[in-house]
Amino acid sequence: MSDRLTVRKTYKLYLGGKFPRSESGRTYPVKSAEGSGLANAALASRKDVRDAVAAARKAQPGWAAATAYLRGQILYRVAEMLEGRRAQFVAEVRDARGGTVKAATAEVDAAVDRLVWYAGWPDKLSQVLGGANPVAGPYFNHTAPEPVGVVTQVAPQGEPLLGLVSVLAPVIAAGNATVVLAAQEQPLPAISFAEVLATSDLPGGVVNVLSGRVAELAPWLSSHSDVNAVDLTGVDDAELAAECERAAAENLKRVWRPVRPDWTAAPGLDRLRACVELKTVWHPAGL
Amino acid sequence: MFEYAPAPESRAIVDIKPSYGLFVNGEFVDPKEGGAFKSVNPATEETLAEIAEASQADVDAAVAAARTAYQKVWGPMPGSERAKYLYRIARIIAERSRELAVLESIDNGKPIKETRDVDLPLVSAHFFYHAGWADKLDHAGFGPQPRPVGVAGQVIPWNFPLLMLAWKVAPALACGNTVVLKPAETTPLTALAFAEICREADLPPGVVNIVTGAGDTGAAVVSHPGVDKVAFTGSTAVGRLIAKSVAGTGKRLTLELGGKAANIVFADAAIDQAVEGVVNGIFFNQGHVCCAGSRLLVQESVAEEVLDRLKRRMSTLRLGDPLDKNTDIGAINSAEQLTRIRELTEVGSAEGAEPWSPQCPLPDTGYWFAPTIFTGVQQAHRIAREEIFGPVLSVLTFRTPEEAIEKANNTPYGLSAGVWTEKGSRMLWAADRLKAGVVWANTFNKFDATSPFGGLKESGYGREGGRQGLEAYLDV
Amino acid sequence: MFYDVYVHSGRLYRYARPASDGPSAPGVAPYTDGHGRDGWWSGGYEAPVSPRKIAIMTSLLASGEALARLRGLPGVDQVGLEQRAAGLATRSIKTTAKAWAIDTAIGMVDLTTLEGADTPGKVRSLCVKAMRPDPSDPGCPKVAAVCVYPAMVPTAAAELAGSGVNLASVATGFPSGQVPLEVKVADTQAAVAAGANEIDMVINRGAFLSGRWGVVFDEIVAVKQACGAAHLKVILETGELATYDNVRAASWLAMYAGADFIKTSTGKVSPAATLPVTLLMLQAVADFRAETGRQVGVKPAGGIRTTKDAMRYLVTVNEVAGPDWLTARWFRFGASSLLNDLLMQRQKLATGRYSGPDYVTVD
Repeated sequence: MSDRLTVRKTYKLYLGGKFPRSESGRTYPVKSAEGSGLANAALASRKDVRDAVAAARKAQPGWAAATAYLRGQILYRVAEMLEGRRAQFVAEVRDARGGTVKAATAEVDAAVDRLVWYAGWPDKLSQVLGGANPVAGPYFNHTAPEPVGVVTQVAPQGEPLLGLVSVLAPVIAAGNATVVLAAQEQPLPAISFAEVLATSDLPGGVVNVLSGRVAELAPWLSSHSDVNAVDLTGVDDAELAAECERAAAENLKRVWRPVRPDWTAAPGLDRLRACVELKTVWHPAGL
Repeated sequence: MFEYAPAPESRAIVDIKPSYGLFVNGEFVDPKEGGAFKSVNPATEETLAEIAEASQADVDAAVAAARTAYQKVWGPMPGSERAKYLYRIARIIAERSRELAVLESIDNGKPIKETRDVDLPLVSAHFFYHAGWADKLDHAGFGPQPRPVGVAGQVIPWNFPLLMLAWKVAPALACGNTVVLKPAETTPLTALAFAEICREADLPPGVVNIVTGAGDTGAAVVSHPGVDKVAFTGSTAVGRLIAKSVAGTGKRLTLELGGKAANIVFADAAIDQAVEGVVNGIFFNQGHVCCAGSRLLVQESVAEEVLDRLKRRMSTLRLGDPLDKNTDIGAINSAEQLTRIRELTEVGSAEGAEPWSPQCPLPDTGYWFAPTIFTGVQQAHRIAREEIFGPVLSVLTFRTPEEAIEKANNTPYGLSAGVWTEKGSRMLWAADRLKAGVVWANTFNKFDATSPFGGLKESGYGREGGRQGLEAYLDV
Repeated sequence: MFYDVYVHSGRLYRYARPASDGPSAPGVAPYTDGHGRDGWWSGGYEAPVSPRKIAIMTSLLASGEALARLRGLPGVDQVGLEQRAAGLATRSIKTTAKAWAIDTAIGMVDLTTLEGADTPGKVRSLCVKAMRPDPSDPGCPKVAAVCVYPAMVPTAAAELAGSGVNLASVATGFPSGQVPLEVKVADTQAAVAAGANEIDMVINRGAFLSGRWGVVFDEIVAVKQACGAAHLKVILETGELATYDNVRAASWLAMYAGADFIKTSTGKVSPAATLPVTLLMLQAVADFRAETGRQVGVKPAGGIRTTKDAMRYLVTVNEVAGPDWLTARWFRFGASSLLNDLLMQRQKLATGRYSGPDYVTVD
């Protein structure tokens, strides 16, 4: 037994680069896979969603305007920071989802590797998704991807770190800002991951992490009119997902609803494609 | 005075039947419940033909035919063979382009010079371009051996009837899908002519099915459980309804919706070409263009000069018989649309903006609206915010480039934008900041099969044309 | 106060000196631009500066302002301009409109022969044709003018006397213009003295392309002075100016310097007249009138051979400059073979049958 009393962490939200409590003052108990109490997490409200979207909107233009090289470097920096806190995350992941240390380690390692993979994308995306179009006339014509803007996401349930990183990394790699709702029952690795983000030169507000109930917050994440795309990956209830899609239709948000993603498989470009818009620019070529 | 004598294109080249059935499984069939509606020439109000109205049962049959064709014939067919069918279609359209141009002009009201020089060349090119993709999809950047989606339900508008058909059908077929397409109720004739072309090309039955009708038919198509992918071009209001109806079904959806594009003219623009671009931007196709440059944002220091030139240029626009080869502005497509244009322009006047139109006698029969500009328009005016979809331009001014961009982007729409400046870096700066899927710099309203087209924000999602446009019809 | 003007590398330098200074000695550059460079005549056509030229230059407040104005002209987008021209070219001119346009076009022709092999006989034949283009139809309008080399002016003047057909002479070292200003002026004076009432001069393209727009301006002023009452058409030779921006600038420069007409081409350089370049010049004259109140004419020359071409030009005049320009006073075609095609089309309209080359005269 240790003769020293441990200092426990208060898990809060990550919003606009700061770690506030929920404006509602609510919390909910988070249990380990074995059922023991781990901590109280902030139970975010619709007003926290509102504030997070505002923070994301504020941060997004600057993040998109950063050079692709810089965005790649910052993502790589996030990977470095995560690697440095590997032991902590192995413990948190194992607490959250149970299983072996080996399995938890694999998840953390995969999350680091995924960040490294996406760190290479910002400065390649234009070349891969865009290109010059050989129009039948005297025009320069060029298509390039641009970030869709502000994305709201419901992170997958059950894969508290790898799932979160897998949905979040492509969105910010492409130059978007995001408000992500952590896995409902396993939010602690996500909140700790926010600490990684906060120490990685990622501008405040580019990623905002909420913890709370999917059923309560997903509709608000889907209906907010200042949101450009919604990622419903973590909405497992089909009826709720359909309701969210309908809410998203109100301002014609882009909706991403994957079927049974396999987080251990190599990610394709799907998620990157889903959070960019293609802009085509024409200009005459003449004297 | 140099008075241009009438120069009408001959109507004799088209043979409009008194009535048309639905095109299902390679045959023209009568609707199961026998409903019909009329297609009217908007320039004369004469009835052109009786058109079958497809009910749910007809849509069921069309979707079933498309499903069978997808599973048995078109899906399994090697891409190289699909390519040959599409090349065939491209060629037949080119051969029959004069006839189709006249037909489109009669049914839609748009000038023959546009159907002849814009619509039809683009239609044929669109099939030719996509034909070449059919056996090269492995190289389209969506991974090896991308699969088709299945049956596509497609609903298209009346402003470019055959071109919108091409934008929908060509990529769908190239990627191995089959289609059930509903043309707009006011402009079904060229889609039905296209059905004949499918037969002429020996396209296997069921690959293309065309169901005519109005909103109910369209709703039946997009909500049909046998449809895997929905593509719609039309208003944002209807697009919103479709997005809601598709919610939770797992269907793929692309939407190309409304717009309220800003056309920004900087003081250093090549002014004559800018004015020409402004005219083309809003008066092309009577302004029935989702990407029309309906908001002119002109730098205050040159506003007066630009307006003078704009008015001078507008005075040379010739409104009248769509089949006259010298007509620049044809008929408004329908009485309903004319009513909407009138309502919004009346609101514009009531809100304090000032309308101006050139001397422009309107024919006695048919649906017509004189080309109009509103000056003194403010951001808060409805005519600066709502899509009018007619030959009506709102003129606003700005002082600095930042203000121009801010005003241009201050709309829920995001389909297209124009920017006019002779300074290269300013052009790139503006193009970068404009929230629009298509930015025309020192040009406007240009389209090409190789160039992806589509919007941001409430102008919809998905792209049509180019390599990127294939994504909508591939299981990626 | 007098002003001198010096254009270098596309920039305008203007500097003043007291009037009492008077002209400097020929060949001596009295001023520099402050950067050690010579004054406005440096790099001209290398002739010693004549006292007359000094006289022109020392009264050029207008020149300085004109040149400054040229710097502010809006750019021209080639693709947009050519598309506008192509759009106008699709106008379909039929029946009554065509009949009117053919007669109007005939009346706008500057019937031209500019060959080394021109003889008095050839010129006389052309003059007869100009006065009665279609011998079978006295109702056929006369052409606007006959256009010849200066040496042929006496012959043409004798033929055309009293006919109402104008007599144009090219001058100023046509077609290259690569002769000293004195020779250009003398060329002009001789042509006018021999009876030409219209002078088609060429601009100094070398000076224009090397940025010495003041030189171009001064030469036009000098030639205009030499023309006296004769109308001056200023040939820009657009095929050598290479860009539409240059054409717009040269058009304004010529108009400020006193041109009565601006003309596209000599016909000796390809491309000669094109519809887009003519459109641009029509835009320039319309804009110039709007700004100064003075109307200037336009003459496309070279390469216009068919009635269809001529219709396209008239449509462009009508829709760009406006109906005010649709007379021979303000618009001309510099052409030779065009006339016979117009005549054949005219016969077709009259008879309903296609005509042939044997039914028009070969001159």
